[in-house]
Amino acid sequence: MSDKIVLTYQVSADDFTRAGEASSDVKSKLKKMGVKPEIVRKVAIAMYEGEINMVIHANGGSIDVIISPTEISMILEDKGPGIEDIEKAMQAGYSTAPDNIRSLGFGAGMGLPNMKKYSDEMQIESEIGTGTKVTMKVFL
Amino acid sequence: MTVQELIDKDVFKVNQVGYNLGQCISEPFCCDLLSIAMSKAPADSAWVTVMGNINTLAVAKLADVACIILAEGAELDQNGLEKAKTQKITVLSTDKPIFEAALTVYQLLHD
Repeated sequence: MSDKIVLTYQVSADDFTRAGEASSDVKSKLKKMGVKPEIVRKVAIAMYEGEINMVIHANGGSIDVIISPTEISMILEDKGPGIEDIEKAMQAGYSTAPDNIRSLGFGAGMGLPNMKKYSDEMQIESEIGTGTKVTMKVFL
Repeated sequence: MTVQELIDKDVFKVNQVGYNLGQCISEPFCCDLLSIAMSKAPADSAWVTVMGNINTLAVAKLADVACIILAEGAELDQNGLEKAKTQKITVLSTDKPIFEAALTVYQLLHD
């Protein structure tokens, strides 16, 4: 089927005033399309965590959201420092967020675990010094 | 109990009135870590926290909470206040500790 909808967002580095806007926009669009609330919640949580990670760790980046009749794909790409040890980063409670970020209420080490938990499929490709690409899918 | 009814009880200060005054509050929810609140805050809950920054508002909106209650005398910072206004999120506040603020909501819900 060709009835795919593609939404593209740019995420700015260190801009906490706008962090969450992309996820919020996707959430309201999915709601308007009549997607089930539990699916909308999964997408919103997974995407918000990814968006925040880009703001905190990766100097921003871009997010493509592809909505098809069977699934919602979120592709998050950044040109940040890359993830040194993906397995470690996936552990709940592990965080490299600096103190100023923790004082904002982040740094619980739940970002990547939440992304994995709330998406049905997640793939991380990361290269040190080049960047990270995270692909998440939520099936409808 | 709706958000409007909670406001009318006059137990919390009103920092910002949102668009959702008719939303029914399901239960109080306490958490200051945003990633945990993001994944655990029940929709329609009254979220009690000391974090009064802009990210609290983003999480509140994404998690569909009914209102934010800032406890321990916490207040919204300037960015937070502006975001609450533009996003029309109800924000209340109190000098009470988190537990007592949540207990107040619980008691009002179960009276």
